[in-house]
Amino acid sequence: MLSYILKRIFWAIPTMFGVSVLVFLMVHLAPGDPALIMLGEHASKESVEKLREEMGLNKPLYEQYIIFISKAVRGDFGNSIKSKQPVIDEFFERFPATIELTLVSMLIAVIIGILAGIISAVKRYSFFDYLSMFGALAGVSMPVFWLGLLLIYFFSVKLGILPVSGRLGFEYYIEPVTGLYLIDSLLANDYPAFFDALKHLILPGIALGTIPMAIIARMTRSSMLEVMREDYIRTARAKGCSSTRVIFIHALRNGLIPVVTVIGLMLGALLAGAILTETTFSWPGIGKWIVNAVYQRDFPVVQCATLIIAVIFIIVNLLVDLIYAIINPKIRLE
Amino acid sequence: MKKLLIFALLLMATVAFASPKYGGTLVFGRGGDSVTLDPAHATDGESFYGSTQVYDNLVQFKHGSTEIEPALAEKWEVSKDGLEYTFYLRKGVKFHKTEFFKKDVELTADDVIFSLKRQMDSNHPYYKVGGAYEYWQAMDMDNIVKDIVKVDKYTVKFVLKKPEAPFIANLAMDFASILCKQYADDLLKAGKAEDIGKYPVGTGPFVFLKWIKDDRIIYKANKDYWGGRPFLDKLILKVIPNNSVRAAELKTGSIHIMDFPNPEEVADLEKDPNIKLVKQEGLNVGYLAMNTQKKPFDNILVRKAINMAINKQAIVDAVYAGFGKPAKNPIPPTMWSYNDEITPYEYNPEKAKELLAQAGYPNGFETDIWAMPVPRPYNPNGKKVAEAIQADLAKIGIKATIVSYDWGTYLEKTKHGEHMMAQLGWTGDNGDPDNFLYVLLSSTAAQVPAQNIAFYKSERFDKLIEEAKVTSDVAKRTELYKQAQVVFHEEVPWVPMAHSIVVEPMRKEVMDFTLDPVGKRRFDKVWLNK
Repeated sequence: MLSYILKRIFWAIPTMFGVSVLVFLMVHLAPGDPALIMLGEHASKESVEKLREEMGLNKPLYEQYIIFISKAVRGDFGNSIKSKQPVIDEFFERFPATIELTLVSMLIAVIIGILAGIISAVKRYSFFDYLSMFGALAGVSMPVFWLGLLLIYFFSVKLGILPVSGRLGFEYYIEPVTGLYLIDSLLANDYPAFFDALKHLILPGIALGTIPMAIIARMTRSSMLEVMREDYIRTARAKGCSSTRVIFIHALRNGLIPVVTVIGLMLGALLAGAILTETTFSWPGIGKWIVNAVYQRDFPVVQCATLIIAVIFIIVNLLVDLIYAIINPKIRLE
Repeated sequence: MKKLLIFALLLMATVAFASPKYGGTLVFGRGGDSVTLDPAHATDGESFYGSTQVYDNLVQFKHGSTEIEPALAEKWEVSKDGLEYTFYLRKGVKFHKTEFFKKDVELTADDVIFSLKRQMDSNHPYYKVGGAYEYWQAMDMDNIVKDIVKVDKYTVKFVLKKPEAPFIANLAMDFASILCKQYADDLLKAGKAEDIGKYPVGTGPFVFLKWIKDDRIIYKANKDYWGGRPFLDKLILKVIPNNSVRAAELKTGSIHIMDFPNPEEVADLEKDPNIKLVKQEGLNVGYLAMNTQKKPFDNILVRKAINMAINKQAIVDAVYAGFGKPAKNPIPPTMWSYNDEITPYEYNPEKAKELLAQAGYPNGFETDIWAMPVPRPYNPNGKKVAEAIQADLAKIGIKATIVSYDWGTYLEKTKHGEHMMAQLGWTGDNGDPDNFLYVLLSSTAAQVPAQNIAFYKSERFDKLIEEAKVTSDVAKRTELYKQAQVVFHEEVPWVPMAHSIVVEPMRKEVMDFTLDPVGKRRFDKVWLNK
């Protein structure tokens, strides 16, 4: 097991290297002089020259890359061109909001998706099966921002039971400790704020979670159907196991293997998907921040965000592989 | 009759109750977050929204207009030659005390000198903090201001390189906000100079409390504000990027005012009994410039004919969705010195045809109309406007081809006068007529690359606006600008098309909110009627 883990970690290194090169080249491959792009067309010649010097653009490319990566490893991505603040600080000011949203929507997706998948598989061709698979199809096909607006219109404007947007009502304020409002409000024993934060998470959580929920439901259903046909399930049934035990102990363990992979991949995709959801629900996370940075050609911000998200993606993949190996020992022997 | 009486009494009662009340939190929903709260470095409107609440200037725009009134300076004097401006500061004005700056500091001349000199003096310790001073440069202040001198504790003197009447309006712009020198010094000592853009300390109506990035900025009322304590207890600027979501927040009442609604959603908002609209004409003008250096547009009769052939009202109704007003002058009606006595050219194709015949073109001629490729506040759809003009001109025998390029090329080519007729427009920076008339219509501005794309050169017009530029007496300047508009009307180098209208939907309980033509959002006089 240990050698498998080490091997996987080792293989993650070239991937990270590749990503860092791509992110670095992004600025240098963009047409035009990066210094000129950053300063705008009206910049004076001297200031462009000065910035070139500061950015080390006069040095050979490989040397520039070494400087970039050695700084990046220490968490130094330079200052944002627009706000002049250190990029890494700006990132961590917003990142917890995205993490909280992503985790909540993942939780919604996993719980509802797996349950719906299991029930559909067990009660195949029932009304519930058709209903949930139709729902899954609709969920995959609906654009996130459109679903978001529909949810807002129905639950907030018409019914008035959930807040329209944002992370917290203006009457509350939570002093950030972890940056996750659900945890911070509990740490501060501020229960009204906790419930307010929870209410604010429901609609964006559903909007962001719908697609993964649909995919997970379909994956669980087909995987469970396959497993249920296996001989050992029939044996377990024949030995007189209760059907709950057969489904949740015997079938689910194997049925979930492909689902875990999908969940892992999706966690990364959710981070990226959060961009649309965050804009719709005015969620102060990194999504909106990155979009703005791209529009304003704030390269240090784009570099930092891309690199960190890529690294998170790689780590999540690694973890998924490891969990996979734990659930299914056959994998690490191959 | 009895009912009517009761109704009248009720009405009177509500009017009687409508005197301002203290208290409450107002939430303002806007499209984007501030980039910085240091107004000297900001270039975007959203950043200025954030800093305007905290800071004051020496002078300020009157609410809802472009007139200048005293602010931190109680009064000012201008030397006879127009080269020295002496400002007498209001005494006893205190900077905010906050969690991060607890000192008790009074505003003095040093603060004024610090705030403006850091933008011009490359040896100033704050010159390099936070990057370039873009607005200072854009307003050409380096070529206007020679020095800023302290006369005594409460008196500051600006020495200019040349007489420049619009200078006083520049000082009302956000980049000229007055910051606290003591606070800046403390930050510098602590090695945290950059914090000046994150944790602002000013003298303004609201005290900065917290800034949650991309979410909201929270302020509380400055109880000791020299202009009188604001009625609101708290003010929150909340970021809601999606226009439709912002409208939904307004409907549910979780925000009180929304910025920039989608035009097609305004009618729906207006139907809501809890929502009202506040409108104001924007400080802008959209126009069709005729290249007066080219035939046949060198002929005044031709230009007049075109002015009479175009149905502006129809264009405003169709293309601006009603959020605009046909223009008759090159400056907007909210601008001081706007000449309302001018009668606009009527829409009259028959008369236009006659004028054309008089000019020697009884059968019309062929020409081109350049259409703007991007929407702008002063012209939401250049192509549609061009098509309407094309159709109108066809009625008097002028065959016009529509030409368009990408925006950069469009500007470049029009600056070099490659067009016959071209659409363009302008939004004012400082509320001074000079910022329109000199920049867009003077002979100086007609030199390539020209801002004056009509290449209009008129001695009569130049004389008036140049005299106005070096005169500091506002009454006299008003008179000169009014005359300049008369000349413009007689010589018509443009078809002034429209001034757009800014609409701000808000909850019914929001009282005394006015829109500022220069685009500021101010809350010092706003109160909640609950």
